[in-house]
Amino acid sequence: MSLSKIEVNLTKRDSEVKTIALSSRPWAATLILVGGMIALIFGIALSVSFGAADIKFMTVWSAVFHYNPDLTQHQIIQELRLPRVLGGAMVGVCFAVAGAIMQGMTRNPLADSGLLGLNAGAGFALALCFAFFPGLPFMFLILFSFLGAGLGASLVFGIGSMARGGLTPLRLVLAGAALSALLSALSEGIALYFRIGQDLAFWYAGGVAGTSWLQLKIMFPWVAAAVAGAIMLSRSITMLSLGDEVAKGLGLRSGPVKLAGTLIVLILAGAAVSVVGAVGFVGLIIPHLTRKLVGVDYRWIIPCSAILGALLVVFADLAARMVNPPYETPLGALIALIGVPFFLYISRKEGREL
Amino acid sequence: MMQLNKMSPEEKQKQKQNMMVMITLGLLIAIAFVTSMNTGFIRLSPLDTLRTLFGGGTAKEELILFDFRLPRIVISILIGAGLAVSGCVMQGMSRNALADPGILGINAGAGLVVLMFVAFYPSTGAAPVFMLPVLAWIGAGLTAALIFSLSYKRHRGLMPTRLLLTGVAVAAGISAATIVLTLRISPDKYQFVATWMAGSIWGTNWKFVLALLPFIAILLPFVFYKARTMNVLNLGETTATGLGARVSREQIILLAAAVGLAGSCVAVSGGIGFVGLIGPHVARRLVGPKHQALLPASALVGSLMVIVADMLGRLILQPSEIPAGIIVAIIGAPYFLYLLARSRA
Repeated sequence: MSLSKIEVNLTKRDSEVKTIALSSRPWAATLILVGGMIALIFGIALSVSFGAADIKFMTVWSAVFHYNPDLTQHQIIQELRLPRVLGGAMVGVCFAVAGAIMQGMTRNPLADSGLLGLNAGAGFALALCFAFFPGLPFMFLILFSFLGAGLGASLVFGIGSMARGGLTPLRLVLAGAALSALLSALSEGIALYFRIGQDLAFWYAGGVAGTSWLQLKIMFPWVAAAVAGAIMLSRSITMLSLGDEVAKGLGLRSGPVKLAGTLIVLILAGAAVSVVGAVGFVGLIIPHLTRKLVGVDYRWIIPCSAILGALLVVFADLAARMVNPPYETPLGALIALIGVPFFLYISRKEGREL
Repeated sequence: MMQLNKMSPEEKQKQKQNMMVMITLGLLIAIAFVTSMNTGFIRLSPLDTLRTLFGGGTAKEELILFDFRLPRIVISILIGAGLAVSGCVMQGMSRNALADPGILGINAGAGLVVLMFVAFYPSTGAAPVFMLPVLAWIGAGLTAALIFSLSYKRHRGLMPTRLLLTGVAVAAGISAATIVLTLRISPDKYQFVATWMAGSIWGTNWKFVLALLPFIAILLPFVFYKARTMNVLNLGETTATGLGARVSREQIILLAAAVGLAGSCVAVSGGIGFVGLIGPHVARRLVGPKHQALLPASALVGSLMVIVADMLGRLILQPSEIPAGIIVAIIGAPYFLYLLARSRA
């Protein structure tokens, strides 16, 4: 590339940066943050009071703020419903923020932790844990889940970028699909041999039903730190989302940012998968939706994605319990039902040249 | 067309070579066949096996061979051939080296319908066995129709990359539905369904051979017969039209045959993926891209793969079994990734 051409490119990119400032919509983002928070609190309250045993809002209120261990209803709320709903919200935050970071950093519209083999990797690690160390404390399960997610991600990205012509969205999706097939074949083999199939099947189906306070306590610091890190990185991610060269032109050292971003994604995906199982598509749908609503500035996209992701999972979990009571429809399947058409839409729209 | 029929000396040489490849593959299958007969919980020596095959064995040996192992091996051969040829046709028609009934979600679609039937039918008696291929056909056909229509562009035909993306997404959706269904069924059926979905050759029974055989016996020769058409279609749509082929009609017929093959195999074998991907690729390395040689070679490679995978599955963790589909995926997925890494943008 000749020097003058680079200059031309740079001025073009400067104007791109300006358009970003123009096309981001802080008022919409503020509206989403405030409105989303209210809707989330409403959703959590609804979800806590709805279930096999119907409980009134007033009882929910007093169970939370004046807990009385002698009342069964208070116990149901404190021990079963509240951790479940909070777990759902936290998982939604994790998947959505992880998806947003991945889409921003890789400039890949189809990036999602489920599609890119992170979930399958974490699942494989958990299958190994269930088989070889039954009864492992949750702390270690989370750690293994991180490692598994890391394994899946590095394989998919490694293989995808080994190819001539580099990392295209199509390649990433295909590598993710093949690697997921491999890892789930291995997990299935382990499950059949060790007869832990039923445990794993429920886990694969995805659901927040078994969430406990202990899990939440262990998970919360990780998630909080990762989301805080993501928000701190958001400015750099916005630059990266314009392309590596632009980011360089704007004075960003992309190496450390990418490393930190990857680490955050692994922590978020690993933590979420260890609680909820293989729920895909949250990380695909939510960031796209958010970008539509608030523009292209990741300083707004990341917090808004977090709120919307939590909303999606909390309401999906509520729906999963309402579709066919008293049975629960697996959460992962329910979200895939929305996610698959959405994926097709995105791949058609963004992939016109494909 | 006249010129295509005449053969130059090199082509004759090539044909001879291809014959040798086929014969070698056939021999390998024969060896795998006999070895697989010996493999299992109760061991029989190769001599015993041969003696029993020709009618000189004890009643116990005959029971093991003829009622348990032989149908299973015959089914492996049929499934391997069917899936590999199906994959070969799909790769040829979509001009995409990564197409495969498993990746495209066609196996998953067939599996879902069969699973629905198994879940809601009270018992697995005699009648359902012959229903299974038909049901699997319906599932495979519906899924294929959905995927192909979503990736079809007017005037430009099937879009190869879009086909793959759509297939991956549809497969994800179908497996979500499958999981919902598996959780709904009773625990005693669960083990069966789980094993089936992992791709076990579960139909160890002559009835399944009979249910599968007619479809393979009709569709395989039909596809072989169309080999020349496929060569022409491979040249690209414009050239093929120029050479007088009715492109979209032939495409649809061939794809329907491929879907039919995949569907009927899935009915018996469950989710064996990657055979349709690897079989044709290995065959192409061995005999080149002409479909007259490529199709039968794919069938042979596919059969060999499934027999060996099934045998390994029985061998590795005795006395429990690993479904053949898991073994094939463990070998096949890395190969797919390797192909992907080598492919150009």
